[in-house]
Amino acid sequence: MALLDKDRIFTNLYGYQPWNLKEAQARGAWDNTKALIERGRDAIIDEMKASGLRGRGGAGFPTGMKWSFMPKQPPLDQAGNPKPSFLVINADESEPGSCKDREIMRHDPHLLFEGALVAGFAMGARAAYIYIRGEYIREAETLFAAREEAYAAGLLGKNACGSGYDFDVFVHRGAGAYICGEETAMIESLEGKKGQPRLKPPFPAGAGLYGCPTTVNNVESIAVAPTILRRGAAWFSSFGRENNKGTKLFQISGHVNRPCVVEEEMSIPFSELIERHCGGIRGGKDNLLAVIPGGSSVPLVPAADIWDAPMDFDGLKAVGSGLGTAAVIVMDKSTDIVRAISRISYFYKHESCGQCTPCREGTGWMWRVMERLRTGDAEVEEIDMLQQVTKQVEGHTICALGDAAAWPIQGLIRHFRPELERRIAENVREAAE
Amino acid sequence: MADRYIEPDTPELRARWGNFAWTAENAEKAKDVVSRYPAGRQRSAVMPLLDLAQRQVGAELNTQGWLPIPVMEYIAAYLDMPVIRVVEVASFYTMYNIAPIGRFHVQVCGTTPCMLRGSDDLLETCKSRGMKKGHISEDGLWSFTEVECMGNCASAPMVQINDDNYEDLTSARLNAVLDALARGETPKAGTQDPARHTVEPVGEPTNLAAMITENHDYRSEW
Amino acid sequence: MPKVKVDGVEIDVPNGATVLQACELAGKEIPRFCYHERLSIAGNCRMCLVEVKPGPPKPQASCALPASEGQEIRTDSEMVKKAREGVMEFLLINHPLDCPICDQGGECDLQDQSVAYGRGASRYDENKRAVTEKYMGPLIKTTMTRCIHCTRCVRFSEEIAGVDEIGALYRGENMQITTYLEHAAKHEMSANVIDLCPVGALTSRPYAFEARPWELKKTLGIDVSDATGANIRIDARGREVLRVLPRNNDDVNEEWISDKARYMVDGLTKRRLDKPFLRRDGKLVAVSWNEAFAAIATLNPGNSIAAVAGDMVDCETMFAAKKLVGALGSKLIEGRQTGMDYATDSLAAVNFNTTFSGIETADAILIAGSNVRWEAPLLNVRLRKAVKRGAKVFLIGPEWETTFGGEFLGEDLSVLGNLPQNVADVLSNAKRPAVILGGAALGRGGLEAGLALAAQFNLVRDLEDGTKWNGFNVLHMAAARMGGLMLGYAQKGGIADLVAAKPKVLLALGADEVDFTQFAGSMIVYIGHHGDKGAHAADVILPASAYTEKAGTYVNTEGRVQWSDKAVFAPGDAREDWTILRALADAFGVTVGFDTFDQLRNAMIEEVPALGSEGLADYGSVLPLGGGSAAGQIAYPIKDFYMTNPIARASAVMQRCSAELLHGEEIAEAAE
Repeated sequence: MALLDKDRIFTNLYGYQPWNLKEAQARGAWDNTKALIERGRDAIIDEMKASGLRGRGGAGFPTGMKWSFMPKQPPLDQAGNPKPSFLVINADESEPGSCKDREIMRHDPHLLFEGALVAGFAMGARAAYIYIRGEYIREAETLFAAREEAYAAGLLGKNACGSGYDFDVFVHRGAGAYICGEETAMIESLEGKKGQPRLKPPFPAGAGLYGCPTTVNNVESIAVAPTILRRGAAWFSSFGRENNKGTKLFQISGHVNRPCVVEEEMSIPFSELIERHCGGIRGGKDNLLAVIPGGSSVPLVPAADIWDAPMDFDGLKAVGSGLGTAAVIVMDKSTDIVRAISRISYFYKHESCGQCTPCREGTGWMWRVMERLRTGDAEVEEIDMLQQVTKQVEGHTICALGDAAAWPIQGLIRHFRPELERRIAENVREAAE
Repeated sequence: MADRYIEPDTPELRARWGNFAWTAENAEKAKDVVSRYPAGRQRSAVMPLLDLAQRQVGAELNTQGWLPIPVMEYIAAYLDMPVIRVVEVASFYTMYNIAPIGRFHVQVCGTTPCMLRGSDDLLETCKSRGMKKGHISEDGLWSFTEVECMGNCASAPMVQINDDNYEDLTSARLNAVLDALARGETPKAGTQDPARHTVEPVGEPTNLAAMITENHDYRSEW
Repeated sequence: MPKVKVDGVEIDVPNGATVLQACELAGKEIPRFCYHERLSIAGNCRMCLVEVKPGPPKPQASCALPASEGQEIRTDSEMVKKAREGVMEFLLINHPLDCPICDQGGECDLQDQSVAYGRGASRYDENKRAVTEKYMGPLIKTTMTRCIHCTRCVRFSEEIAGVDEIGALYRGENMQITTYLEHAAKHEMSANVIDLCPVGALTSRPYAFEARPWELKKTLGIDVSDATGANIRIDARGREVLRVLPRNNDDVNEEWISDKARYMVDGLTKRRLDKPFLRRDGKLVAVSWNEAFAAIATLNPGNSIAAVAGDMVDCETMFAAKKLVGALGSKLIEGRQTGMDYATDSLAAVNFNTTFSGIETADAILIAGSNVRWEAPLLNVRLRKAVKRGAKVFLIGPEWETTFGGEFLGEDLSVLGNLPQNVADVLSNAKRPAVILGGAALGRGGLEAGLALAAQFNLVRDLEDGTKWNGFNVLHMAAARMGGLMLGYAQKGGIADLVAAKPKVLLALGADEVDFTQFAGSMIVYIGHHGDKGAHAADVILPASAYTEKAGTYVNTEGRVQWSDKAVFAPGDAREDWTILRALADAFGVTVGFDTFDQLRNAMIEEVPALGSEGLADYGSVLPLGGGSAAGQIAYPIKDFYMTNPIARASAVMQRCSAELLHGEEIAEAAE
């Protein structure tokens, strides 16, 4: 059964209607938010836990549980005063293939601001910072303007929504660094430094922004919260399979007839998602080569494995990949698959912050070998060597960028090794001729 | 070799930018920016202020703007932070132009989702118009960079030119945009597909059709 | 005390220890590049990966992981071995194979660890990265292609030196370490980054291509460029000192030394006095030792003799001179060359009682009359640590660029007797208050006013934890000062007493800061090593040994007795100072009671027992009451950090530092 429009949270996803406060309220945003807050911190967190919402930024950590990690009693600073807590909203949407938060922010920003207040209240935060990627220039303008509206209407700031709770939301623009999507790099960046991930522990819930308790959540995770609270955990968890609940924004790019962003229920089979919303694979089902189902960091899945796979955390894990941000990159048989992955390798080389050794040195090495494999200018043994190098990077870095750089290559080698070998063999033959 | 280099600090550069200071309007903006962060945490404002300064330089030069060393020093002094930390930030984030730039900064996304949808054609289009990396065209109009994923994957391929995105491009559509800019016009931003609104499945509303014509409130159907 | 298991062996580790420290306690070597005990934890090199259970199924950076109860740590597993090999390979793929021409060779962490933990061969077939050199000033030579981005240098300058000028620009594999706009590193501790650099990216410019470490004879010494008594290692080849490095001593210099301590040593081979000279017809002419002694003997000064000690002499030299002068019936000995006459009845009143490690724990510090950065750079590092721990610092004197903030209260000594209320409040409320008087605050009633503050704010007290606290401190600038005071090198009226006595003979022991015009009627016998101010004024020059050329006892400004060994022989005909004084006794026909160095040292220890044991001398904690009023504009005596003593003034390296770093001269770089 397909998701019905009435069960879609992001009803202005395509921006057919204005984003402004009046229209957003007419669609149901900021509808007696005070009542949501009056339920109290614990009730909100319990409802979120019950809804089964898992973080929409890629890792899929249960959102309600994350909120519950924030200390009930704030730690004290050097002078003995309680430290404030912060909510940081990750709008640094930079994962190749991902383009959902952009639609939320430019077409329904009030859902995000309302979510910020509710989430911030639930975790006892003093303020929220929305860290939006620098390249989203117009989107940031919308956020600034929507924020003004919310303040002017008394929805944010002192006594937000008449709830008696003081809560500020600020917008902070990035300036071009994928790594700032990593939560501790984002905190560093917010503090005015280079976006280099911090060592964990300490975790942000203990010492994050300015050394204060901090929770970092994805835009989508925050923006769905008010609707979940209004309609109830049972409603949200009625979608999707066990452990993979709710509705989700899917972003389908690449070789489909109609690329789009669409809100669907979790666990929708890949084939259904593509057939219903994207007009099918370009050139038909048989023309499908492979799919990167969750953004550039997850391994690709060959056509045969993906077709019936449920699009959720567990379903994609079962085919050796992951849901990630549900950024579905579709590749048909015209694709130079080695180049497609090599270009992703270049991306990670470009975006490595340079802090820790395996990533700084490994991403460049992997890309250079990938480029030679693309043209076949390599030895067959180098395929295994490359595989080993990816294993030397994976799990040895401060943050997950190293893993993200390694997995696409591992996926390629796992599924397309004959193709790599063919290119090397042809290159050798050509050289001999 | 590094992709980017800080424009060297020369006496000419000092003479040109040594007296950089906020315009009255930007001085207000800068104050507002600093007020977003807790007292004593003004360093947090370094990124927005570098952007503001870059825009002020751009307004002065009628380009996208860049960050000469004396301007970075101004920001460091404004925020009471070591200038080396400002330079670190400016050189780390790719949106800060650390060398002079043209009127229009054509940034073609070349990452895989755009590549699959034909960004090679766009790169070729730019090249055939004489643009090349790290180079300002002779008329001062164009600077060119192949950039990494800009988050417009469902309307790929795309190009960002200064503050606007142009999506669903083909070589012809890009040429039209560039021609319009060269003529001093302001082409419509967003998708260049006449049949498309934003990122909906083009030509067939598979969902939320009611929203197309009115601001539909679905709550009554809950 | 958590219990952890390291490679199967259970050990207790202190609370707050990291897994790396736990492994070390268990006797396991953990390779590392970025981790350094005295810097913040960066965790970026990934060389120290170990396997830890419970935890994720991947290796953990042991430097950053707290040790906790029940952990099972493996440093010897296949996972760890592979992780180290992998990281090592990554570090090496872009590292040049230029060990044969790299000054770090033989003392390079990357070399050592690649032998111990590397795979032994490279699989990297791509082009290696090249990085342009970065100018970092006259002391630090850079070869940035060798940099492994451990960021120790960045952290040192930000955290320890407090001069935030080194950064890592760009990102990813293009990341480059540089000073701001490739300006010279401008602080007094800059060259410590050379020791910190685990590879050959930052090496010593003056020492470039001079020697290999295995060619050098290493001698333990004490630095004499200021009164902090930094522990140094003197590396020499043949008769030449090629470099000086810091030794670890947590109580004194931790593991840093100032640039002057490190780099004035090239001055040891320049402007040396290597034969005796006699002034004949107004001109100094070279003579033999016999001629020189004969000339002095004819003077027959009787008890009309005095000795003035310079700033860098050792206790043995001062004691030998004291014995000589005493044998002739004189008591006129003084070490405060420039005329200071503060009371020395209580040595506790002129000592740095809090100690350097103690001052780190002070919570309120009042500094009067000291440009600490120039007078004692190592103490400045401690002050910065104190401030980081929350100490409030106030300063009296002309403003200088502190690296720890602090509030300047005024430039006149009178502020000492008239502290602003807020300052008095802070000192009153402090648990561990401290006052530091520099040389410029000792005269004109300053010392007495400072002592009055000691009483007012109860600077000597018992702390809650039962330990003693003495917050009263005098910061000297001369390495010889405290030793000299212990040996009685102080007249009531200071050097004026010597002037008034109009001695026939004035022994100048490496004394180069005296206004010798005051001694116009005296025959000045200069016993020292450099042709500097003292030698210019001398009638007789007897060439002696510099601090690297003799064993000696030094007492630093904390009253810490330390011994230095002889690294090389003095040049030419120069002799060790004590032998010259012993020979003079023969020339004058008196006996001094020692014929060997050991006899001399024993006699000295017999007279001043504290000089016989290494460590802090006990001057007691009773301070004179002080009082009276101090007044006068404060002027710091050091005008040029790099030019404070005859060795530094003879050093081409120090001259260049002075010209370039202090006087802004552009030094043209020869193309390399």
